[in-house]
Amino acid sequence: MKARVTVTLKNGVLDPQGKAIEGALGALGFAGVGGVRQGKVFDIEIAGTDADKAKADLEAMAAKLLANTIIENYRVEIVG
Amino acid sequence: MKSAVVVFPGSNRERDMIAALEKISGQRPVSVWHADSDLPKVDLIVIPGGFSYGDYLRSGAIAARAPIMAAIAREAERGVAVLGVCNGFQILCEAGLLPGVLMRNAGLRFICKEVELRVETTASVFTSGYAKGQVIRSPVAHGDGNYRADDETLARLKGEDRVAFRYVGNPNGSIDDIAGILSEKRNILGMMPHPENLIEPLNGGTDGRPLFESALKAVA
Repeated sequence: MKARVTVTLKNGVLDPQGKAIEGALGALGFAGVGGVRQGKVFDIEIAGTDADKAKADLEAMAAKLLANTIIENYRVEIVG
Repeated sequence: MKSAVVVFPGSNRERDMIAALEKISGQRPVSVWHADSDLPKVDLIVIPGGFSYGDYLRSGAIAARAPIMAAIAREAERGVAVLGVCNGFQILCEAGLLPGVLMRNAGLRFICKEVELRVETTASVFTSGYAKGQVIRSPVAHGDGNYRADDETLARLKGEDRVAFRYVGNPNGSIDDIAGILSEKRNILGMMPHPENLIEPLNGGTDGRPLFESALKAVA
């Protein structure tokens, strides 16, 4: 099974990297770009066929390591 | 004073820390490898600076899950003093032994310079050798030193007198100018600046020395 965990910054958490990227996009001439937030994507292969168990495991992985839940949210999905 | 310095792959300030501890306590600290699951009985455990695991994922995130961290948590619970400097502070936060998180510096740049710190509390084994409000010099060298905590945590830190040091002239965007904080039991100190690098005149100053001398005095 292929899974994807997406980690994003919570609303209100300052994201200086996102701000710098936003500035660079503007400098490239892309007008009307705002609110850029940088996150992370983890593609993970999981052995077995039990999607519910895989999802539960992935949730635990995200909460324990992949995301710092003080500042980040995460989303888990089975993608194939 | 018996002390242990915990070394992770990518730690790089452990030699400075060992030299400082040895000079001040007269006893050479034990180096402990991150994969060990036991700590020798010591009075002080130090997690030094560096770039454990290349700062992969988040600064300190991988190191915080290393086998030795459970032993550090156990010793801290018993009341043993724990000091985390720079990457050590990041690791303590990621491990949940201190609240909050260290994010990328607000200006995005790695900062390597000397800063001034104000000692905010003398009620800990690390700060009892300073005067409250005293301004001391200390080098900083970090890219992720921007301390963040939610409003509730911040109010608690302030209400419980757990802010140990504040920057005089905030270099990294840390909330409320916070440079170092104490645990609830006050025996764990995490700080971004490097007191171990100002302990003798040859370093250019001795402002870091009282921190180690306080810890030494506390166990004497």
